[in-house]
Amino acid sequence: MTQLQNRPSVGREGINRRGSLEPRDPRSPRRSTAVALLLACATLITLDKTGGVLDPARRVTGEILGPAESAVSTVARPITSVPGWFRTRDGLKARIADLQDQNAKLQQQVRTSDFDRNRLAEYDGLTRTAEAIGYAVVPSRVIALGPAQSFHRTATIDAGSASGVRPDMTVVAAQGLVGRVLRVTSTTATVLLITDGDSTVGGRVGSSMKVGFVHGDSDLGDGGANQLELQLVDRSSIPRRGDTVVTWGSAKAAPYVSGVPIGQVTSAYASVRDSSTTAAIAPFVDFGALDLVGVVVPSGTRSDRAIIDADGRLKK
Amino acid sequence: MTARLWAMSGLLVVIGLILQVSLFDAFAWQGVVPDLVLMVVVAGALSRGGQAGMVLGFAAGLLMDVAPPADTVAGRWALALLVAGYVAGRFRQDVPTGRPSVTAVVAAMATCSFVATSIFALTGLVLQDPAIGFGEVLRVIGIALFWDVLLTPLVLPVLLTLYARADAEARRA
Repeated sequence: MTQLQNRPSVGREGINRRGSLEPRDPRSPRRSTAVALLLACATLITLDKTGGVLDPARRVTGEILGPAESAVSTVARPITSVPGWFRTRDGLKARIADLQDQNAKLQQQVRTSDFDRNRLAEYDGLTRTAEAIGYAVVPSRVIALGPAQSFHRTATIDAGSASGVRPDMTVVAAQGLVGRVLRVTSTTATVLLITDGDSTVGGRVGSSMKVGFVHGDSDLGDGGANQLELQLVDRSSIPRRGDTVVTWGSAKAAPYVSGVPIGQVTSAYASVRDSSTTAAIAPFVDFGALDLVGVVVPSGTRSDRAIIDADGRLKK
Repeated sequence: MTARLWAMSGLLVVIGLILQVSLFDAFAWQGVVPDLVLMVVVAGALSRGGQAGMVLGFAAGLLMDVAPPADTVAGRWALALLVAGYVAGRFRQDVPTGRPSVTAVVAAMATCSFVATSIFALTGLVLQDPAIGFGEVLRVIGIALFWDVLLTPLVLPVLLTLYARADAEARRA
């Protein structure tokens, strides 16, 4: 009894379950804390699942961490993107193996070019994309990629509301469709990639003009092939191998503008069970080496940086 | 934990998170990167015990849930790292030096990597966020485990030294 009255501090010692007095390590986990935190997790999950209650928190975090991510990637990209160039070159090699002489010439070009020339070529590609799809694009760089442990495919880009980027805008790269903007901060934007399992894009088979829906299949391998799945609305038509799939666009061009190339049909099969046609699509964009992307904005958007306009010119 | 230790842990978590998304994405193996934030949580729990590990895990997980480019339902990483912090706390050894043995560190890291990724994936399967296959989940858990154990000898000693030094300073003060 005296011991109980004279105990130095609450929590250090206590009567255990068997009724005997023994010192309690203050560092060992307390049950009350565990229960409180577990309940907090459950509350958070419920709140976020039912509505966007945590959007302000995400925004504030993005405003603070966005510039830091941007700074780290600015320093790291020139070094870390070097293996990326080799990877792209490998991909090129495989794709045009049958065009040996062209291949040799191309490789010569790529090998002799340095990092800056590669980057310049990327800008050129983006300019051509802006011309081809007939919209203005805000050029921007990928500064962070979500890890596969999250089972989501998202990226952060270094253009935000100050550059004229808004949620539900289309994001493209020189090769084709990348994704759409989920949310923005003043200097960054979070992009949902089309390879994400939750992503659905309206797609149209170029040769037959048949429409369908392109889903990401969350296959996170960076092999590049068959990361997308096309389900056609017209179940009788089967797309051919090599057919190009482009976006058919949404009302008011949000979230996807029309006519952006998505990928190529690699295989198609009809399911007998639910009488539907599914085609595997290899995206044109190499999602393992995303760097320069463009956000499609309406022509004449006010921006803090130069915009590539629909005629392919840089506009301040 | 003192306020200074919390501040240091917070800073380490933020640094780990930024490196994880902005630097290590270039070295990602099939999209999977080392869990640097988890390493900070494990180091904190190993040197400061399960109570601190749980709170640190919860806070770090919450940050991972809301920081760009995350688009997961908030609370999932918080839950996963909270449990990881608790589990890592069980590996803590009450030795005079305050440094856990190498086997304990590696075992703690491997267990926590498996536990955290699995819990996160399981909540994803329950919440359909997004709908993914079981094989895919196992593959990601395996690669993440490999990454984390691979980087443990490089990262954990540094973190544990930082915690031990901060601990000694706090005791002196």
